[in-house]
Amino acid sequence: MESPVLRIKDLYAYYGEKTILKDINLSVPKNKAIAIMGPSGCGKTTLIRCINRLHELVPDAKVVGKIYLYDDDIYKLDRILVRRRIGMVFQRPNPFPTMSIYENVIAGYKLNGIRLSRTERDNIVEESLKKAALWDEVKDSLYKRGTFLSGGQQQRLCIARTLAMKPELLLLDEPTSALDPKATLRIEELISKLKESVTIVLVTHNIAQASRVSDYTAFLYLGELIEFGPTGKMFTVPEDKRTEEYLTGKFG
Amino acid sequence: MNLLKIRTFKDKLFLSFVLLFALSSILPLFFIIFYLTKQGISAINWHFLVNLPKPVGETGGGISNAIVGTFLLVILASAFAIPIGIGAGVYLFEFRRSKLANVVRLSVDILQGIPSIVIGIIAYLWVVKRMGSFSALSGGIALGVMMLPIVIKSTEETLKLIPYSLKEASLALGVTYQRTILKVILPAGLSGILTGVLISIARIAGETAPLLFTAFGNPFMNINLFKPINSLPLLIYNYATSPYPEWHKLAWGASFILIIFVLLLNFIAKGIAKRWKVQF
Amino acid sequence: MRRVLFSGKFIGVIQREANIDSDRAFKNILYISGIIVLILVLGIFVSLTLNSFPSIKAFGMRFLTGKEWDPVSREFGALPFIIGTFLTSFIALLISIPFSLAISILLGEYYKKGILSSTLNTTIELLSGIPSIIYGFWGLFVLVPIVRAFEIKFGISPYGVGIVTSAIILAIMIIPYSASLGREVISLVPADIKEAAYSLGATRYEVVRDVVMPYARSGIFAGFLLSLGRALGETMAVTMVIGNSNLLPSSIFAPGNTMASVIANEFTEATGNLYFSALIEVGMVLFLLTTVINIIGRIAIKKMAFEGGQ
Repeated sequence: MESPVLRIKDLYAYYGEKTILKDINLSVPKNKAIAIMGPSGCGKTTLIRCINRLHELVPDAKVVGKIYLYDDDIYKLDRILVRRRIGMVFQRPNPFPTMSIYENVIAGYKLNGIRLSRTERDNIVEESLKKAALWDEVKDSLYKRGTFLSGGQQQRLCIARTLAMKPELLLLDEPTSALDPKATLRIEELISKLKESVTIVLVTHNIAQASRVSDYTAFLYLGELIEFGPTGKMFTVPEDKRTEEYLTGKFG
Repeated sequence: MNLLKIRTFKDKLFLSFVLLFALSSILPLFFIIFYLTKQGISAINWHFLVNLPKPVGETGGGISNAIVGTFLLVILASAFAIPIGIGAGVYLFEFRRSKLANVVRLSVDILQGIPSIVIGIIAYLWVVKRMGSFSALSGGIALGVMMLPIVIKSTEETLKLIPYSLKEASLALGVTYQRTILKVILPAGLSGILTGVLISIARIAGETAPLLFTAFGNPFMNINLFKPINSLPLLIYNYATSPYPEWHKLAWGASFILIIFVLLLNFIAKGIAKRWKVQF
Repeated sequence: MRRVLFSGKFIGVIQREANIDSDRAFKNILYISGIIVLILVLGIFVSLTLNSFPSIKAFGMRFLTGKEWDPVSREFGALPFIIGTFLTSFIALLISIPFSLAISILLGEYYKKGILSSTLNTTIELLSGIPSIIYGFWGLFVLVPIVRAFEIKFGISPYGVGIVTSAIILAIMIIPYSASLGREVISLVPADIKEAAYSLGATRYEVVRDVVMPYARSGIFAGFLLSLGRALGETMAVTMVIGNSNLLPSSIFAPGNTMASVIANEFTEATGNLYFSALIEVGMVLFLLTTVINIIGRIAIKKMAFEGGQ
């Protein structure tokens, strides 16, 4: 069996005195999508932010335990580099408002001062937009501002921007909760296709979405990992009672 | 029922008083601009703008050295105030939770309230005395110190309006903090920062007091930063308080030019605030 | 910049130091910018104090109570200027109050939008943009003759220039400051408490008098403090119409001098260490005065934000 892309070992996370995550252990195999689910406040957003070290933006944030990207301990690497290897898409689409669509896609390179030739840039832009299923819609208006797109298109633009950096792992933090059902469906189809080229960790509170899109599901409750397993199995014969109650809608 | 009539009457009377007092405050503005235009516009001609001031009795004097001087002083002041101002503004926003930042914010407020003549004294003590002579440099520094609080505050206020998600998106791409601020956040806030800069320039372009013993004034053209230099407000002050009617006329002309410049800057600042505002 | 090969581990070690260093250096630059401002203010206070020392040593408290400002006999008492400053500023404030309140109420309560609103708003913005030298110039040539004519009519010594004329010019200059702050706080009074009063049958005047104004009280007070601070420090407009007399003003129609205007007039001609130091001490008194008023105003604004949140 191939080595897992992501391994989380004995992870505890704190904001000041508050314990947000307790004893999380998790492995994500290559080219699979895992969904992280749970009621509000269970710590799923914190967990995903620990992976690309974005939680460090909050003062008083502390992490104990280990997270490995392949064989690298991400807390031993420079966090800038961790973030270049791991991509993140946020709940609310956030294209850079001062940049065009083209510039948005290539932003990861430009902002990092990485020089590319004109053809290289054009190729990356086209390839990323195609992978994000947005190319056909914007190929004639690449130089318009990104903020003039619809919500769903903006989110796909953000996905393209992240994919352009060719990440080894893609983190999606409730990517469709701010979108309408039609746009949501398109993104879900996209995620299923993207698995072929990148490994995906998806945080969602939408149970149906998790069942549609993910291969494995992790259920988090009050900061603890209650259950983790293949999606099909978890949704039909969950092992833990709390998992069952959440899936059947008994609580939030 | 009588009571109701009285109350209704009071209500209407109140509004009339409020209208009366409020609208009468428009009067001084009209008077000033009208008088200024009337007296000033006749003095404006090409010679006025390009000639140097002439001694009393000679015709054809102009204000060219004052125009150049104002221009130079503004550049000096901006060179000092813009980098430090934007830097401090970013500091106050990014580190707003720290105690030191609160102390710095208090200092900015205190600085803004210091009378301009006191700033002039300080520039005299710190620059003129050390250099041994009046100079454009000392005047520029005095004006720069006055510009600083305005630039800082408008930068901070602009940054407050930028959504946090922008910073997150950039950092998540693995962009360094430095580049995130310089290439994502500040460009997004450009219109607000630029507006603040223009407004602060409009403010200092008309300042006289801090220049009285720094730039000091100069009857000749000067572009040497280490020598005294003239400016529009200084010229207006000297000529207006002189006993010569020809000089009064020149002062009106200079006042007209000055006020057009100041109003133009304010107008442009407003336009930028509206048109260049970034949609989030 | 190196071509990026996407085996992340390769670029890991090489770029590591560069990122940490550049971010730390950048954050330091930001800290320094902030501290520069702090040091600037502290430096101003220290410089003023140090350079006032000779004068403080020579006169002590007499500086503030002495009526004689005589460079020849080297007796420096700043009372005439302190009185002059307070008289001009407070009279200016008093004159400005009804106008400023009227504008605040009109724009904050009655006409928040529309032609009248934008005209008035633009007017006060323009008024605050006019440089003080132009106010002084206009005051000298337009206001002074008017005041002189008025004085002749009423049998007062027709100086034309004087405390009152300065106060009038100052009033025009400071109205925009208190008016715009007042307008802000009045427009932020919550609609629900006003509606409660209306539904009890109150007239608009009564709502303004008994609900809006009490609620906005601290903010309006802060606005007036802001105006006062501005008036205290104003130099050029006052210098040109106050008459520049170093004697204690005999009446408000007499000429006088303010702390700011005496510095403007005499600084470049001060001979001798003591004269120079005395002028700087005047500057320091002015600095302390305006700073205290400023801080009180800030506290008032904080208080208003606090109460408003209830």
